[in-house]
Amino acid sequence: MTKRYREIGKAGWSYTLITSLVGLIYFSPVLWIILTSFKTRTDALAVPPKLFFTPTLDNFASVFYRSSITTGTSQATDMALYFFNSIFIAGTSVGLALIVGTLAAYAFSRYPLRGNDTYLFIILTTRMMPPIVVIIPIFLMFRLSGLAGSYWGIILLYTAFNIPFSVWLVKSFFDELNPEIEDAARMDGASEGRVFFRFCIPQILAGLSATFVFGLILTWNEFLFALLLTGVETRTVPVAMARTLGGEVGVDYGLLAAIVTLFLLPIFFVTFLLQNQLLRGVTFGTVKK
Amino acid sequence: MTIELKNLTKRFGDLTAVDTVNFDVGDGEVLCLLGPSGCGKTTTLRMIAGLEYATEGDVFLNSKRVNELAPRDRNVAMSFQFYALYPSLTVAENLAFPLYAEGLSSSEIEARVQKISDTLQLGGILKRTPGQLAEGEKQRVAVGRSIIRDPTCFLFDEPLSRLDVQLREEMRGEIKEVLQDLSRPTVIVTHDQLEALTMADRIAVMRDGRVEQVDTPHNVFQKPTNLFVAGFIGTPQMNLVPATLSELKGAGKAEFAVKGGQSMTIEVDPRIQELSVGTNVTLGVRPRNLEISQEKSQDGLSTTIDMVEPMGAETLIHLNDGHQDLRLVTDWRVSLSEGQQVNTSFPPGVTHVFTDDEKVLRTS
Repeated sequence: MTKRYREIGKAGWSYTLITSLVGLIYFSPVLWIILTSFKTRTDALAVPPKLFFTPTLDNFASVFYRSSITTGTSQATDMALYFFNSIFIAGTSVGLALIVGTLAAYAFSRYPLRGNDTYLFIILTTRMMPPIVVIIPIFLMFRLSGLAGSYWGIILLYTAFNIPFSVWLVKSFFDELNPEIEDAARMDGASEGRVFFRFCIPQILAGLSATFVFGLILTWNEFLFALLLTGVETRTVPVAMARTLGGEVGVDYGLLAAIVTLFLLPIFFVTFLLQNQLLRGVTFGTVKK
Repeated sequence: MTIELKNLTKRFGDLTAVDTVNFDVGDGEVLCLLGPSGCGKTTTLRMIAGLEYATEGDVFLNSKRVNELAPRDRNVAMSFQFYALYPSLTVAENLAFPLYAEGLSSSEIEARVQKISDTLQLGGILKRTPGQLAEGEKQRVAVGRSIIRDPTCFLFDEPLSRLDVQLREEMRGEIKEVLQDLSRPTVIVTHDQLEALTMADRIAVMRDGRVEQVDTPHNVFQKPTNLFVAGFIGTPQMNLVPATLSELKGAGKAEFAVKGGQSMTIEVDPRIQELSVGTNVTLGVRPRNLEISQEKSQDGLSTTIDMVEPMGAETLIHLNDGHQDLRLVTDWRVSLSEGQQVNTSFPPGVTHVFTDDEKVLRTS
């Protein structure tokens, strides 16, 4: 192996340049939003768009405190609650789905049923249709059971949505493990529970992190069910964001951009924290040790 | 302490992986399960360990039937083909792990880990994790972890298959030494006959789930009971020549006709008298027993050298007369060249006769 292939940063200028250009194209919409969040209303609507402007934090302030048009006094918005809702609902449901999914995946991987693949396929079919087709039955079920508008309702729904994905992904991580290690632990006196928690789980932490982040991103951005099934108290940020669009004085793009920018931060933070695990997780099994 | 298998059978659906296997291993004895891949040797081992349940038949450990016991209740130590070291634990913790289950005090555990690490020279790597070890070191740790307890028996699944040739030879000696000190019944699974021949007290040769022969390494090599064992054991492989019995000459002497019109009169087992003239048999002779003679002799075939393979101290010669292949091993100093005409000779008593049902003809 020559040195060229081993050293990071030795790909050469041309490759680096092309890669950063492609990266920039992908990132440009996000960059646009972030820039807009620092613009005044006039700057935000300027044609051609301004790349250089005097930044302002007014938009961020008005995410949480907005002056009422009728009275002119500053009023707290409920945005803080919505952010809490988004974090709480997405975090809990993805966490629950991961726990249930991991247990199911272990069973599917290690104790296959007769017709194991059929069950796995059935689990996956729930993700094959666009969610909107089941919106009416689900809405009716929620109304009847009294779950509509409650935290538990939306959390259970999101958990149910995330489980198939978790089962499939986590199963593939379990499949990659060397079953000899589990056998060895059994020979060495470990109980089945100990085999699972002490030896299987630590080996797939990277995979679990990746599954968690993917699930979190999907759930975090979910709009349709949140719109229909959350109440005033349990509203999530995407729904709240949509509601600012229909304001009394037209669309306040600066405000919207500020909410989006704040909305990006938690996901960005989680992904950043788990990035090493994530990289190992998504490449799990692609390279044989 | 003993291991005893009685009519042990394992079926996976329609596939019979292990078919009525019977053998027993005595205290301090090392038995090698030898056979080609997929012959059921690992499954047999896993049934002794309790990792697979027997479909039929029984496993006795210390004369106690253990069929229904879980692995951890059988007190059996096993080392795995891919070492199966616990990746999140250090070497010391790996070694100590089987002891936790036994509920030993931490000072006792420490003392045992120390003792094993002295025996296997693991002192320098106790704090490392398995990911940081070389293959040979992993193998040592795996062996260490299986011998740290005081189990009823030891099981080794392909202990040396992942090592390179030099290390393999080194570890073979080391494991043999360790096993001698342990004096517990031990079963080693291997597909490498050299490993089996060197390490085992007895070898069980397996094919398609059945045990073909259980015997000492010497007897498995010198007195194969059937065609499969004869062909499987020994490198280079035994010459197997299809022939027809054409005349019985008494005192174990008989004339055989082979393909291509040649015939030879050789001395084989006296039980050849039981066969009638015209019977088809297979003659088996080891390449090292076959000799080259100057002139055409009654007890051999004339043929042509097809290929010469120097193997260091010896030379392997492939012979072909257009009808059958023969392999012959001679001293490296004998000068032979490809295309040369030679005469072979089958010395008395080295040729095995296998009948149609693949069984050997032998006065036991």
